[in-house]
Amino acid sequence: MATYPKEIQESIARVEATRPARLHTNPPRLSLADQEALLRGFHPDYKAEGKRALKVGPSWGELVPHEVADLLEAYPLIDPATINLSQVDYDVDVLVIGGGGAGTVAAIWAHEAGIPAERILIVTKLRHGDSNSMMAQGGIQAADKPHDSPAIHYLDIMGGGHFTSDPKLVRAMVEDGPMVIQWHEKLGVMYDKEPDGTMVTIHGGGTSRKRMHSAKDYTGMEIMRVLRDEARSRNIPVLEFSPAVELLTDSLGQVAGAVVWNLETEEYQIIRAKATVLATGGWGRLHIQGFPTTNHYGATADGLVLAYRVGAKLRDLDAVQYHPTGAAYPEQLVGLLITEKVRGLSAQPLNREGQLFVHPLEPRDVESAAFIRECTPVEHGGRGLGVVTPTGMVGVWLDTPMVDMIHGQGTFQRALSSIYRMYIRFDIDPTKEPILVYPTLHYQNGGVVMDENGWTGIPGLFAGGEVEGGVHGKNRLMGNSLLDFNVFGRRAGLAAAAWAKQARLGSLTLAHVERFVRELGEAQVPPTRRAPMLLPEYRGEKALARMVDLL
Amino acid sequence: MKKENTVTVFLMGKAYRVPAGLTIMKAMEYAGYRLVRGVGCRGGYCGACATVYRLPGDYRLYADLACQTTVQDGMYIAQLPFTPATRAPYRLEELAPQGETLLALYPELARCVACNTCTKACPQKLEVMDAVQQALRGDIAQVAELTFDCVSCGLCTMRCPAEIMHYHVWQLARRLHGAYQAPRSGHLADRVGQIRQGAFHGELDRLMAMGKDELAQAYKARDIEP
Ligand SMILES: Cc1cc2nc3c(=O)[nH]c(=O)nc-3n(C[C@H](O)[C@H](O)[C@H](O)COP(=O)(O)OP(=O)(O)OC[C@H]3O[C@@H](n4cnc5c(N)ncnc54)[C@H](O)[C@@H]3O)c2cc1C
Ligand code: SF4
Ligand code: SF4
Ligand code: FES
Repeated sequence: MATYPKEIQESIARVEATRPARLHTNPPRLSLADQEALLRGFHPDYKAEGKRALKVGPSWGELVPHEVADLLEAYPLIDPATINLSQVDYDVDVLVIGGGGAGTVAAIWAHEAGIPAERILIVTKLRHGDSNSMMAQGGIQAADKPHDSPAIHYLDIMGGGHFTSDPKLVRAMVEDGPMVIQWHEKLGVMYDKEPDGTMVTIHGGGTSRKRMHSAKDYTGMEIMRVLRDEARSRNIPVLEFSPAVELLTDSLGQVAGAVVWNLETEEYQIIRAKATVLATGGWGRLHIQGFPTTNHYGATADGLVLAYRVGAKLRDLDAVQYHPTGAAYPEQLVGLLITEKVRGLSAQPLNREGQLFVHPLEPRDVESAAFIRECTPVEHGGRGLGVVTPTGMVGVWLDTPMVDMIHGQGTFQRALSSIYRMYIRFDIDPTKEPILVYPTLHYQNGGVVMDENGWTGIPGLFAGGEVEGGVHGKNRLMGNSLLDFNVFGRRAGLAAAAWAKQARLGSLTLAHVERFVRELGEAQVPPTRRAPMLLPEYRGEKALARMVDLL
Repeated sequence: MKKENTVTVFLMGKAYRVPAGLTIMKAMEYAGYRLVRGVGCRGGYCGACATVYRLPGDYRLYADLACQTTVQDGMYIAQLPFTPATRAPYRLEELAPQGETLLALYPELARCVACNTCTKACPQKLEVMDAVQQALRGDIAQVAELTFDCVSCGLCTMRCPAEIMHYHVWQLARRLHGAYQAPRSGHLADRVGQIRQGAFHGELDRLMAMGKDELAQAYKARDIEP
């Protein structure tokens, strides 16, 4: 099946040869100036031709990747004139759009705040829980150890995000962090603990304290399924395979629910709601600049499109997070995430010659840029020291056998069982052989602007999770987005409940869409461009793994 | 695509030639399917892509995840949209982690005939039948441990002659274990108490008041735990 071809085996021999000397040493971390230079030279975000300025809407003039601009500057899927708003299918207090982590947390806290379960509705694109949240492996940050503090966590987030985050949001997140973990503990999340209850915590890229909590390497799956079970315990209704295709507004200028599209019957339904929480997650499936992605099938930036049409502002969408360690071999695994925890547990990145070329735990953008520089051919300014696979994919080594060598036999299988299982299926034993990795499109750093209560500034519209921006500025650190969806899912759910209790709705309208369509016309946007995307297109040749174009 | 690098697969009974080395999921897309059901994370975490198949000259019915399984020549494939399974109604805070809790909420556990079909069907290679036996014995901690890597694909449940709804039982066991049997974290409770008393307000106020340069200085100067 897979195992490594001959040419690659020779490189493995070099990795093994250098191992004893590097086993317990790492190069120094880069200075801020060196980081900056590396980013400018090699991070895909710094390629000017990858982006353009928006020609319509509230964030007019802001630079975003072409793939995102193509969706924001696009016509609706359904002609507003053909939608009958007088026939309301569901009438609720709180509508939650997106059944991943943020949405489920928002619904639970809206319920906790006194909204009856039957007055809450979650609508989601796939099944409840099919989301990026389910896929998180590495862990969740929270400053709960004695030698750590919310203030130190604050500093790490601000610095990791290159001082571009909204301080109010960061503060809310670090102060709520330990409370979130305690809530999870009560709900039955099986965090990794010492026998006396002490949380097992490790470093993540850019952390100054070991504050990464985990549940083996299925942290997101464990949190997500517990939250989903809790929502089910509370009988909160969920409408599956029904993505929102448009927000509704009312005659008073408030957001008042959504139009959803039943993917199976291909009919729309009207949901009227006093408060709406946007929790649609990220954008990985846009394959920005052709990169493979770690994200689930439904991560198509729909929430950005919907919010933009009702006048919400967007921020930091020029910053795309590439995860340094996506699988680069075998072809079946290309793009899938190799959690940062592998490096947290001492595995080092090496080039074709077995040389350690960067500290294993630089902030993600810096680490990714270093990998890309190592793989970029010399004639294009790189070092040309990547390993080329038979399908033409390129990557650097991650020296996974080091995990057991340093932390003891069996550590890899215990702490990284999902990765172990993933490779063993293809006859590669990561406890004996290193694995090949290359950056993969991972996270939407920016998103919808909101305040510390998840309010977007548009009456009746709240947001939480990967769809919103400002928490991580231009670069998120690992472990802070699981925390983000819990903190801001909760805050958005509470704020939506409070809003719903006093809100009075006017008559439903799609006037905002008609207005937006006029703007599109004036900007001469091609009428064939439609959004939201809902599902990516992989039929035919597009099913083949995307090769990264390094030129 | 060279001819010798293709295989023939039967998707819902129809033959298609697809490149060798694709996963079942990608092979379906290559063949022209636009997936709506049977797809979620595409990475082996969500259990949405439960699939059964047969191979030529082999009597067995195999079960696996479409996003994690490579196509083979002659594979005869059917995707399962999902396995219906009813979750027992409960609120965790009203339950106790007692041996009988699992059996009381899921009495069909007692119908297990120890045929081991569930174990053979599990794409995560979990010891599913053992977990059922532990559930019967009331050992919640064991069940939680044995089923931690379950992706709730429902393949065991689909194949079980005793009609047990495994993954719901597992979910309950893990929550009971995590909430009531695992030791509570002392430092976590301490920290939550400190935050409630406003212990970090001053320091955070100070950091929030800093300009970018001053903050960058503080960031650079912070000590890093080895
Ligand atoms: C492979 C992987 C590993 C990760 N590892 C970590 C980690 O270790 N630590 C960490 O902190 N973070 C990690 N992350 C990031 C983190 O998991 C996500 O940022 C976070 O879970 C996002 O939560 P969310 O609820 O905002 O979005 P999601 O969990 O993606 O939920 C959004 C939901 O909305 C649905 N949806 C989308 N569009 C619509 C629509 N139009 N209408 C209705 N529903 C819609 C989606 O299908 C999905 O179910 C990882 C992410 C991935 C992909
Ligand atoms: S135990 Fe059952 S539901 Fe869980 S992964 Fe195995 S077969 Fe799927
Ligand atoms: S398939 Fe059902 S009856 Fe057979 S061992 Fe598993 S649980 Fe028991
Ligand atoms: S699509 Fe999620 S496990 Fe296969």
